[in-house]
Amino acid sequence: MNQTNEQVQVLPPRLELPGLEKNVFELRALKNFFLTGLVWGLAILASVPLISVIYMLIVEGGSRLDLEAVTALPPAGFETGGGFGNAILGTLTMVGIASALSIPIGIMAALYLSILNPNSKIATTSRFLAKVLTGFPSILAGVFVYAVIVITTGTYSAWAGGVALAVLMLPTVTLAAEEAMKQVPQKMKDAAFGMGCTRTQVIFKVVLPTALPGIMTGVILAVAGAAGESAPLLFTALFSNYYMSELAEPTASLSILIYNFSGMPFENQIELAWTASLVLVMLVLFFNIMARVVGRTKFRE
Amino acid sequence: MVHNPFKDAASGKTLSAAPTPSDYLKDSIFRSFAYFCALSIILLVAYIVFELGSQALPAIKAHGLGFITGTTWDTNKGEFGVLPEIWGTLYSSLLALLIGGVLGVAIAIFLTQGFVHAKIEVIFRTIIELLAAIPSVVYGLWGIYVLIPLLRPVALWLHENLGWFPLFSTELSGPGLAPAALVLAIMILPTVAAISADAFRRIPYKVKEAAYGMGATKWEVILKVMLPTASSGILAGLVLGFGRALGETMALAMLIGNMNDISISLFAPANTLASLLASTFPEAGQIEIQALMYASLVLLVITFIVNVAGLAVQQYTMRKFEGKK
Repeated sequence: MNQTNEQVQVLPPRLELPGLEKNVFELRALKNFFLTGLVWGLAILASVPLISVIYMLIVEGGSRLDLEAVTALPPAGFETGGGFGNAILGTLTMVGIASALSIPIGIMAALYLSILNPNSKIATTSRFLAKVLTGFPSILAGVFVYAVIVITTGTYSAWAGGVALAVLMLPTVTLAAEEAMKQVPQKMKDAAFGMGCTRTQVIFKVVLPTALPGIMTGVILAVAGAAGESAPLLFTALFSNYYMSELAEPTASLSILIYNFSGMPFENQIELAWTASLVLVMLVLFFNIMARVVGRTKFRE
Repeated sequence: MVHNPFKDAASGKTLSAAPTPSDYLKDSIFRSFAYFCALSIILLVAYIVFELGSQALPAIKAHGLGFITGTTWDTNKGEFGVLPEIWGTLYSSLLALLIGGVLGVAIAIFLTQGFVHAKIEVIFRTIIELLAAIPSVVYGLWGIYVLIPLLRPVALWLHENLGWFPLFSTELSGPGLAPAALVLAIMILPTVAAISADAFRRIPYKVKEAAYGMGATKWEVILKVMLPTASSGILAGLVLGFGRALGETMALAMLIGNMNDISISLFAPANTLASLLASTFPEAGQIEIQALMYASLVLLVITFIVNVAGLAVQQYTMRKFEGKK
């Protein structure tokens, strides 16, 4: 500061001021212009794959999307026609099993992490491990369930597939539900405690109703993620060409059907792989949109 | 006697009541149940590590550390080594990180630094979220029938004209590292973009205002003030994106070619730990399954280290900014 003051005094009065007017051809202005163009270009470039994927799904998959495709059994070899009804049923069943296992446990764990004892050792460890688990390679869930369930029961089954998906859903549900519960204002909880409520009463009468939209959003997104998973099902549920008759037998799923059919040398199977992808993406997007709608109600209130 | 209004209130005229003994019982049962659920996550992780470890134990005893440095995977000879897979996993993930990281950070800047109207911002954010929602197998299918045919002429030209350059030393005969890494980049882009955007949003508005007040242009503000301030958050996004790329399975199993070779060329087929598991596990015999369990343990250790590093950086960033607020 002192230095500049001295300089101003010393310099002759005909000091030229730097250009204060905006000059478009100045180097820094050009650089600014160039980088803005670049970042626009990159943003558009990043959306090209999505547009291409959706275009291919509609063009390639849409042409075969009819009642036969969503109800019939997968075709073998050179057969024409066919569909993937059993795979839709299998995917829904296994996602159902996974949800039934992971949602209650996840929400209960989130209650412990966010309200009952947020700073205890158990809670911090558990929260940390849940975060680590979200980055856990999904195929390892398959390997783990293979070792625990498939080897023990001696058969690939819908149960095993469901449990493998549940392992992946559990940390997502827990962390999302915890985040939603943390948003409940402390004042509301304090008011309930001040009335003499037990912790359980506070949870059921204040925390859960208030945090419900947030919890639902997290849960639905976890379900959407599980529906699209395939790696954990590869060697837990395996695949089947027939409709499932019980839960303890190899079960088809949309994602494994796409994987199997994608490498086949037959036109018919490849077309069906695209159609199955379209159905799978629509299923996942349906859950995603549902999550958004549920999440939005939170902000209106 | 003095009239006590509280007595009236407590004598059944109101709905409120103190918790009954049964409420207390329910409370303690419910709380211990929640406790066990929280504990179950810890037990699950411990059980996963224990189970994979004990299943891999025979293979660990048989192959020792030679498993990690070995380069052949031959069931008939009983020789198993995963060095090509470790190389492929790291190489493909690094390439993906390079592409996906640049795009992800660019998008984070684009979305948070006021380049677009709020409505267009919502569109782009939705696109990025949808990119994350599309299942891995669908990307695999898209890669086989759209990306590989598209890349082939480009790869051929690069190989013919720049074949002396080690990166282009082989032809792209179909599946290979380049399409796999590109699809992987698309898959980790949303993770990097979301975490980096979050890091930019955490920067107090004052910081930006101060820089503009000094007469800096928009990009001078972004490059000299915002990026360095958000750097630890961006680093966390990159590391977590890298972790995601390491464990990605299906798209890679469909696109990388599953060849046990170590090659620097972008167009050579390769293999990763996860796609090795996906492609060989279903038909493996007992000895091979033990070796695969060992391979999955290696994958677990690598991803665990990367994820913990990413989380640590993220936690550090949050603390840094929450302390300043």
